[in-house]
Amino acid sequence: MGEKGKGWSLGLAALLGPAAFWLGVFFLLPLLLILAYSFGTSGIYGGLTLGFNPSNYLKVFDPLYLEITVRTLVIAFINTLLCLALGYPLAYFIALRGGRWKTALLILVMVPFWTSLLIRAYAWVVILGGNGIANRTLQFLGITDGPISLIFTPQAVLMGMVYSYLPFMILPLYATLERFDTSLKEAAHDLGAGRWHAFWRVTFPLSMPGVIAGSILVFIPSAGEFVIPNLLGGSQTVLLGNLIQQQFLNARDWAFGSALAVMLAVLLLGAIMFYVRRIGTEKLGGV
Amino acid sequence: MHRNTDAKRITRRRFLKVAGAGAFAGSTLSILAACQPDTTAQSGNGGEEGGNGGDGGGNGRLNFYNWSDYVAESTIPGFEEETGATVTQDTYASNEELLAKLQAGGTGYDVIVPSDYMVAIMAKSDVIQELDFEKIPNFENVGENFRGLSYDPENRFSVPYQWGTTGILYNQAELGEINSWDLMFDEQYSVQIAMIDDVRETLGVALYRLGYSVNATDPGQLEEAKQMLIEQKPLLRGYFDSTEISPQVANGDILLGHVFSGEGILTALENEGLAYVIPSPAATRWTDNMCIPNGARNPELAHEFINYILAEEPGAELTNYTYYGTPNEAALPLIDEELQEIPEWNPPDEVFERLEVIEDVGEATRDYERIFTEVKSS
Repeated sequence: MGEKGKGWSLGLAALLGPAAFWLGVFFLLPLLLILAYSFGTSGIYGGLTLGFNPSNYLKVFDPLYLEITVRTLVIAFINTLLCLALGYPLAYFIALRGGRWKTALLILVMVPFWTSLLIRAYAWVVILGGNGIANRTLQFLGITDGPISLIFTPQAVLMGMVYSYLPFMILPLYATLERFDTSLKEAAHDLGAGRWHAFWRVTFPLSMPGVIAGSILVFIPSAGEFVIPNLLGGSQTVLLGNLIQQQFLNARDWAFGSALAVMLAVLLLGAIMFYVRRIGTEKLGGV
Repeated sequence: MHRNTDAKRITRRRFLKVAGAGAFAGSTLSILAACQPDTTAQSGNGGEEGGNGGDGGGNGRLNFYNWSDYVAESTIPGFEEETGATVTQDTYASNEELLAKLQAGGTGYDVIVPSDYMVAIMAKSDVIQELDFEKIPNFENVGENFRGLSYDPENRFSVPYQWGTTGILYNQAELGEINSWDLMFDEQYSVQIAMIDDVRETLGVALYRLGYSVNATDPGQLEEAKQMLIEQKPLLRGYFDSTEISPQVANGDILLGHVFSGEGILTALENEGLAYVIPSPAATRWTDNMCIPNGARNPELAHEFINYILAEEPGAELTNYTYYGTPNEAALPLIDEELQEIPEWNPPDEVFERLEVIEDVGEATRDYERIFTEVKSS
């Protein structure tokens, strides 16, 4: 790095400065604050004294809270798998068979973002409710005799999560598949691979960057989800996000809430590192 | 006057109907409270900067921080007209949210409406100030039953705003008349029961049924209550906000809902065959209070506002809108007859005596939370 390098880094600083400032003040600082809080001691009436109090982390290992943690990770994992299973064929179709409808189909995937998640979740409450369209249709078709419980169950929570996060899976998958060179597949066929074989040996491995990006984009927010379990689960499926929210808003235990938040962050970071290592970082280059 | 209040009531009823049609859209955004401050400026000209703060006869601006849908439509305009002040209203969804905001400081709110136990906590945490009763002559309108309550025995910090009970809104046509909590634990009505998503209220029901106090801190008693709720859980449709439960009873999704009296009474009046009951052996009675936070920008005007609410007409307008109880005795003759005829709205002494007030349980708060989490995850 000579004189030239210095000038270059000044320019770089000017370019990165605003974003660095933004992330530093609004992301890093609150994160450090949560870390500091997690070692504090909560007052009985809220508020918090800073210090070094590891007991908040010991509380995390209470069997009840561990059970909630495991449940959260399992639901987030199933949600990611379902989104992948549903999203991949759709992304594949749009990218490779979409033709002139490509843009229109992509816009359709994004349409749900035009309304807030809260409104859409309430819409599900109406659709799946006792007198909702779903129940009436089932009764009209003679499949059920009376209203059945479609909502306020763990299944409804999972359905709501798949519904909310599916676009986050489809979009990165589309971005990767869209650049897929179909001549590679033709080459595979020429070399004697069947359609199934060609897909698993050629297309799917090459779309890995999209699979990884989509999985991360779905898994992380679903592990922190707390709105859907409340609205569609009737608060009967407690996830980590709900538990953290309760500590801050009801139990007045900010220290424990922060410890849970730090634990969730560490778990997610660990899961992503494991995932990326297993599959290989070089494959992320394509995203 | 009467026609006037009728119009207001219909507005609220229409609101609830719309909310009912949309299952339960609208009034409860508590879940988002953490990430989206629900801010609604009610006054026409209450801009961010308080444009007419010093204008002409203007008397400054008042920042009112209240529960949502908890003030009559005429209250704020009436006060603005009388004083020339500009009122801005923000809303919150829980006492804890309110406390957290005040503890963070610098809110600039002049009048807040915490519930009973929270008044005690706020006084202890030094976030509210002592009131100057010289400036609240209408305090004389406050009934005996609503003075010197346990959370503020000398009424130094708080003046009652509205009060109510927590009971059951139920389908009387289907179930006949009921008077205890028992049906909410009856397998016969599986998945047709909803409880309030509130630790103290819901644990309280189990404690009442067991014959204990709603403020129990004895681990054995709490354990019993926990077991009772764990047994009840499979029978529930879910845990919801009171405002989400009434529409479900109204549209027939459930038969029994644990609700606040205002919701319950309004829904029962609106729908044939429904009734609100204050169950035996005991139930919760709560009071929301007006307080002035430390650091209020305009304490002078805040006192005027509190005094205004305690006047007879504004007090009656408020209750004719909310359908909750009024601590304001001077307002009683102006309350809609329809409401006065309902015994649960203003319970007779023998019922009033079995109502209990939720008090802060200090350290046990976290035991309560853990129990409720355990019940919900069971």
